[in-house]
Amino acid sequence: MMGLLKRLWAVFDDRTGTSKLFGGALSHPVPNTTGWVGWSYALGSAVLFAFILQVVTGIALATAYIPSTANAFDSLVFITEQATAGRLLRGMHNFGATAMVVLVGLHMAQTFLVGAYKYPREANWLTGSVLLLLTMALSFTGQLLRWDQIAYWSVFVLAQQVARTPLIGTELTQLVLAGNTVNGATLSRFYAFHVFFIPALVFAFLALHLWLVLHHGVSEPPEAGRPVDPKTYRAWYHNFVERTGVPFWPDAAWRDVVFSLGVLAAVVALAVIVGPPHLEQPPDPTILEAYPRPDWYFVWIFAALALIPPAFEDLVILGAPLALGALLFLLPFVANKGERAPQRRPWAIAVVLLAVMMIGTLYVAGERAPWSPEFAAPPLPAQLLGPDPPPVVARGAVLYNQKGCEACHNIGGYGGAYGPELTEAGERLTREQLIIRILNGGEGMPAYAGKLTAEELEALVAFLESREGTEVGARERR
Amino acid sequence: MATDEAPRANEFGPPSPERREFLTRLSIGLSAVIGAVIGLPIVGFLLAPLFQRPEEAWRPVEPVSDLEAFRIGETVQVTILDPSPLAWAGLAARTSVWLRREAPREFKAFAVNCTHLGCPVRWLADARLFMCPCHGGVFYEDGRVAAGPPQEPLVQYPVRVQDGVVQILAGASPLVSE
Repeated sequence: MMGLLKRLWAVFDDRTGTSKLFGGALSHPVPNTTGWVGWSYALGSAVLFAFILQVVTGIALATAYIPSTANAFDSLVFITEQATAGRLLRGMHNFGATAMVVLVGLHMAQTFLVGAYKYPREANWLTGSVLLLLTMALSFTGQLLRWDQIAYWSVFVLAQQVARTPLIGTELTQLVLAGNTVNGATLSRFYAFHVFFIPALVFAFLALHLWLVLHHGVSEPPEAGRPVDPKTYRAWYHNFVERTGVPFWPDAAWRDVVFSLGVLAAVVALAVIVGPPHLEQPPDPTILEAYPRPDWYFVWIFAALALIPPAFEDLVILGAPLALGALLFLLPFVANKGERAPQRRPWAIAVVLLAVMMIGTLYVAGERAPWSPEFAAPPLPAQLLGPDPPPVVARGAVLYNQKGCEACHNIGGYGGAYGPELTEAGERLTREQLIIRILNGGEGMPAYAGKLTAEELEALVAFLESREGTEVGARERR
Repeated sequence: MATDEAPRANEFGPPSPERREFLTRLSIGLSAVIGAVIGLPIVGFLLAPLFQRPEEAWRPVEPVSDLEAFRIGETVQVTILDPSPLAWAGLAARTSVWLRREAPREFKAFAVNCTHLGCPVRWLADARLFMCPCHGGVFYEDGRVAAGPPQEPLVQYPVRVQDGVVQILAGASPLVSE
């Protein structure tokens, strides 16, 4: 039996040249690595695996998804609630995207830290950078295809940022929206980009990226005191990998397979346990009770948009991506030789730490979003006012809620976090200061002059004066 | 052995370097023509939104457009239909607008999009303020910026009353560009 199979394979291979096509890739020598260094080499193939997972699950979902603004939401509800394995597939596509973004980030950080982008692998880094941008484009367009209320408003958020481009802002916006408004053509355009155009570019650049890996060979683990010298590196590497290397298949590839299986297990587990992203309200422009916010990968950008001073807004919105992009693409041109080992390149470690800290803190800030008004803040509970408050104070507490103060200010744990906490306002501010602040507003606060009657102002001030924080604080003050 | 023989020139003689050069240029040139013939209509198709004439149309406000349904001083949410909705647009063919009757025959219509990043602002009737859920932008009832990141007032639509029907001039999305 085995003999027959072997003969069949021999004939097949002779007529198709299969092993000629793939043999070189499978047997090419790679550095012989062990331990966690060996596993770090599996990150790149894990990204490839995540992408293939996205293609496969995406094709399956596309058989039921309808890319029309009228039906997309309903088709997603159908996929999630009725289609066989639909919930699982949507979940896998969602967490597959998460896996791809995370793994791309890790792969890039690792490549940067060990200086693998240096001579002669500059083009590996450049094609990888393009793939990073394409991954971000895929994750953003994919989020819009959810076409619920959040996706609907996210299109406006995108369009409003694009509209800030000098000179051609309006034209670019028309291209993004496929017209002058969010309309029937908007979604089908995003769909075509998400499923055809961008993936086609990913395939092209992946092919190039993988070819370059074969062409230059997998970079060896760095060693301090062994700098890259373009004059001698190629010959040295060739000799090194011929002498000490192992064939890619199966000596190194087994780790890729195990790692990919681990990624798959995590994706499936999350898809089953957490499930696909909740479909918010339908994309009904008449429902304004919306809180548009991006998926987690863009929350940090959303936070940055809240925190940059308005004067620098255009500069940051348009300039920061350009500057970061320029750094990304210039890197291999300005630093393509010398030491690769991270311990000899402290600035490389600093850059990665800084990037992680920046994205991390902005992400945390974005998740807390203290700048978002708390529209649904309930009226202050009676116990905050203490027993038998004077009528004017009780009236002030009601106004405090009605006039929107509570949306941004916090008292005793109730209300928003945009403005300063007012739990101890009576201790911090005099009556005159309170009145000036309320009537004139401030940087982040509307002026209430003309919005309050004299009686209302009196009640509000009386209420705020009565806010003396803790019992202890109040007693001390007396 | 046939394979050992040098390639024989055909009856027209050996291919000259000039002929090779010509064939190379011809092939590259024709490929470019093929690319252009296929590519031009596709590029045109994708860029079509740029050539669209901005359309505008007076649309009655919905769900109720009767002048007398609006009380003076009250801000209400209405919707209007796009100037030229596509058949498959569904809800996306509609736009929400904050509408207030200022005087018997005078209305103000504010775009719901915050001028910071386009999120939908909500009307707080008691405070008489528009507030944005995204980054805390606040606008006064006349659309001026009251607080937060926005720099421009809320965009206003032209409004008119015709035969007792309140109409808004629907057009491009109210995005604030440079």
